[in-house]
Formats: sequence, structure tokens, C-alpha cells
Amino acid sequence: MSTPSMTDSILYLDGVNVSFDGFRALNDLSLALDPGEMRAIIGPNGAGKTTMMDIITGKTRPDSGQVLFEGNIDLTKHDEAAIAELGIGRKFQKPTVFETQTVKDNLELALKADRSVRASLFWKLSNEAAGRIDEILTITRLGDHADTIAGSLSHGQKQWLEIGMLLAQDPKLLLVDEPAAGMTDDETAETARLLKEIAESHSVVVVEHDMTFVRDLGVKVTVLHEGSVLAEGSLDTVSADKRVIEVYLGR
Amino acid sequence: MIMQGLIFRAFDRGGMIFLGILFGAILLLALSNLMLPPDHTLHAPTYMVSLIGKYLTYALLALSVDLIWGFCGILSLGHGAFFALGGYAMGMYLMRQIGDRGVYGNPDLPDFMVFLNYSELPWYWYGFDMFWFAALMIVFVPGLLAFIFGWFAFRSRVTGVYLSIITQAMTYALMLAFFRNNMGFGGNNGLTDFKDLLGFDLQDDGTRIGLLFASAMALALGFLICKAVTRSKYGKVITAIRDAESRTRFLGYRVDRYKLAVFTLSACMAGVAGALYVPQVGIINPSEFTPANSIEVVVWVAVGGRGTLYGAVIGAILVNYAKTYLTGALPEIWLFALGGLFVFVTLFLPRGIVGAINGSGEGSDGSGKGRQMLDRLRRWRSARAVGGES
Repeated sequence: MSTPSMTDSILYLDGVNVSFDGFRALNDLSLALDPGEMRAIIGPNGAGKTTMMDIITGKTRPDSGQVLFEGNIDLTKHDEAAIAELGIGRKFQKPTVFETQTVKDNLELALKADRSVRASLFWKLSNEAAGRIDEILTITRLGDHADTIAGSLSHGQKQWLEIGMLLAQDPKLLLVDEPAAGMTDDETAETARLLKEIAESHSVVVVEHDMTFVRDLGVKVTVLHEGSVLAEGSLDTVSADKRVIEVYLGR
Repeated sequence: MIMQGLIFRAFDRGGMIFLGILFGAILLLALSNLMLPPDHTLHAPTYMVSLIGKYLTYALLALSVDLIWGFCGILSLGHGAFFALGGYAMGMYLMRQIGDRGVYGNPDLPDFMVFLNYSELPWYWYGFDMFWFAALMIVFVPGLLAFIFGWFAFRSRVTGVYLSIITQAMTYALMLAFFRNNMGFGGNNGLTDFKDLLGFDLQDDGTRIGLLFASAMALALGFLICKAVTRSKYGKVITAIRDAESRTRFLGYRVDRYKLAVFTLSACMAGVAGALYVPQVGIINPSEFTPANSIEVVVWVAVGGRGTLYGAVIGAILVNYAKTYLTGALPEIWLFALGGLFVFVTLFLPRGIVGAINGSGEGSDGSGKGRQMLDRLRRWRSARAVGGES
């Protein structure tokens, strides 16, 4: 322990504020995630879920507040690429894969490796790396589609490919934004299984609207409302909370 | 050892066929020029040799634009500037080779400097009497400008149409600068009256053939470099940047550095193209910086089919052949034809000639190319009908 940690949490947000043109997207938001934990974040539209992701991944800078990764890394001082290199991976709400390239190439691009220009120029796919890609193809059930152009995958398969890309990145913390959006019931259940499997070896934050899906995950839930935390606890506890029912579930 | 993989990647079957056709055609042209008597029907006159040589340098320029536009999505509307800078570097060397054979017979100063009352050679002309130095500058000057320009533009995340506009501004600014007499580059007359290159008389048929081969070699080398780059993981990354820039950033890639590298490489290629162009046309002047020139290059690439490399070469040669023909036969028609061609290609052949040929019958979404074209036509017509009513 060379550098003293201010917290044991892998992710620690304290008093974070962000405004866009007078609109307070995040209002004194505080949140702590333990290493290895999976957390579901729910909340109505405009509650600040995506803005929170943007803050953590360096896309947006907070007006005030602290954002710490692994106890002592100040994420507000780094840009997107640096934060990704630190070990935070992100899956977007709308599946964004590299549409003109094959599923395999998508995973190869995501695979943990030296990201410098020179390293990419002289990169050669090692047996080990190829093995890891095959492994991920199996986990995400895309084994038959290794050479398919990603753009021609179904919506659900694109979501899985993107989760697979996160796995390939091998981050310490995964941020997953609405992974079940637009999926059939079967696909949703499959995605929950996939995320649970990933959570065994990673810290994960999942933002989701779908209550059945959150129930399937069976993890601690944080409810956001108007940019701050409204309630926290198991899904049963928060769904019994009067204020939560009022702002979210009751509507 | 590690280079091997990169070099090996440059040689694929399609590329080899393409280069085979290129060199076969060039060889036939050279033989018919040198071996057949001038009155023979198949004799290729020397002007044609230089014309084809010029097309090949345009093809290399188109290749450099395809590398950044087709693969990385950077639409440069100022690539003519790098071409012209390479051309000026070569022009400066050729000027110094004239020595005291100029109209004024001044051994130290080019004619235009004598005319403009220069007392001594400006410092930035030093070294250009040596070919190796000029050759270095041909690559270095465009590369340096692209590096500085790109460093600012890509770091500030200037993309899309905004980047295109500032590349236009860049070439326009350079054009105005080079038009000035006191820049020391011959003002609006530019550099001309070249005599020889490396001791070879530029009017000589053999030299013309030599330049043709040099252009073909440069094109082939540029093609192989582009192949090696685009088939590496680096190539996959720049394609990823083209398709989903912010996603690439969230994977941990420094998008600005990737863009900067490919932009600089592309500018160096454009510089070499310009340098080979100048001795074959015999002049370089500021009109080469005209924004319209750079836009024309984009049309060549669009017509040929972007993101394919050889499509850019085919597009450059075909459009320039059409230009040569039309500006001779029906000069007033040419600009309309060029504009019409661009509109036609954008509407009906979005993937260019190469894309239309390759895509016939397949199509990634299952529908045939012909069907897609008909759909496009229908949509375009209905859009026009709606526009007509209002």
C-alpha cells in the first residue's frame, strides 16, 4: 500500500453536481460501490442515470464533487481513453458496435492490449488472444457468428457483442446502460444470466428500466430521482419505500 | 522480425492483380513509344506518355485521400495543398538545376528573382540544389504541415464538415500566400522553364518514360503502404473511428493520435505525387492550391469507390481521362459534366464504380444492388415531386 486510499470502494462518488443550461442533471449525488459488487441503478427518465455514467467515464466533467476510482484515482482529471485504460468499460444504451467489421474484429479491437499507434500497427493476433476471443464468443453465444459483419446481427446479438467487447477489455469496473432495452423476454433472461456470470469476477453497475430484469439480477438497487439518491437497498425494500412508489413505480 | 508481419500484409491477391495490370499497361505504353516508328498506328506519342504519367500522380493523390476519407472518415477538402507543396519542393530543385541557362544567365538566382530584383537567394532556398535534400523536403514539408494542422484539429476534436471547411481554408490561405511575389516562390507565375532532373533532359523521350515508371513505382509503393496499414489492427482501429468515434475512445484508443498518424502519412503521399507531377507538366504555380482542385480529388475517389484503394486509382484515371477529352472536345461542357457526375454518383452509386461492380447481386442486407438503385431513384423522384408542388 504505497498510496493511502480514502475509501475501500472501487467507485466512490461524493456530492457530485452537474448542470446543463441551468438544468441540474446531478444534484449532490453520492454513491459507493464495493469491489466485486454488482449494483442496479433505476429511476425515471431524467433522473441522471446516463449523466452519472458520463461523469464516471470522463465524457462530462462535474461542476463540483469527488469521483474516485479504486480509492485514490481522481477520475475528473482523466479523459475517456485514459479512464478506459484505467479499467472502466462502458456499454451504451443504444448498442454501438463497429458495424462494418466482423464480430471477431470487434472483439479483437476491444481485447486488452497496448493501445498505442505503434503497437496497433505491428500487432499480431497471438494464440492466447485468439483463444480468449473464442472464449468470449462462446460466453456471449456468438460462436456461429465470428465472421459475420456486426451490422447484420440482430438487436439482441449486438447487445451481447457489446457486452462481449466489455469482457474482452477486461475492465475492473463495467458500466452497463440498459442492456435489456428492446429485447424479447427470452433475450432479457439470457442477458441477466450473462451479466450474473460477469459479476462473478468484475464490479458491475447496471442501469435498467425493466423491473423483471432487475429482479432477475437479484442485487442491491439504488433509486435515482432528480439527480440524487432517493433510496438504496434490495429491490423489495425500495419498492416498499413510499417516496419511490410516488416518484417512480406508482406512475 | 516484427516488420515482417506488416510487410507481408501488404501483398494480397487482389492487390497483386491490380499492380500487375498497372505495370503491364505502363510497359506496353513505354514499348510502343520507344520501339514503334512514329507513323505506326499503335505508336504512343510522347505527350501521351506524360499524360498517363500525370494521371498516375493524380491516382497517388486520390489514394492518399482515400486512405483518410475512405478508411478513417476524415474528409479533407484541402489535400491539393500537400500535393502542391510537394510540387513546389520539386520545382525548387528543378529551378536550381537550371543554373546559368536561364534567360538572365544568372548562375546564383532563378530568373524570377533576378526579375524581382533579389540580391541574394532567400535562406529557405538553401539546399534545394541537392536532390537528396529536395527529396527529403518533398515528404517532410507536407508531412510537417499536416502534423501541425492535425495536431490542433484532432486534439480539439474538430470533425466532419467543420474539419472539411478548415482544410479548405488552409489550402486557400496557402494559395493567397503563394500568389505573393515577396514569398520568394515566383508569385502567380510559379516555377517553370525546367531543364533537367538528375542530369536527364526533361524534353527527352527516355526521361519522360523514366518519369512515367517513377510515377508507377510511387503509386505501387503508396498502394502497398496503404494496404499494409489498412489491413493491420491499426487499420481496423481507424475504420472503427470512422464508424463510431466515441465508442473507440471508450475502448481506450487515443483517437486524436490515430487520426494524426494517418493524416500525416496521407499528406506525405500527396507530396510525393505532387513532386512527380511537376516535371511531367513542366510548371508549378499557386493555382494548384485552388480549393476547387482539392474538391475534384474527392470527386475522383467518390466516383471510383471509397475505402477500396484501387477504386480511387480507377476513379482518378477515368475522371481525368474524361476531363482531358471533354476540355479538348467540348470545353464549355466540362464543369457541368463534373458536377453532374458527382450528383449522379452520390445518388446512384454511393459506393462508386468499384462498389457497384462488386456489390451486384450480393448486398449485405440481402437485397440486390439493382433493387437498391431503383429504390433510390424512386425516393429521389418522389422527393422531387414533393419539392415541385410546394
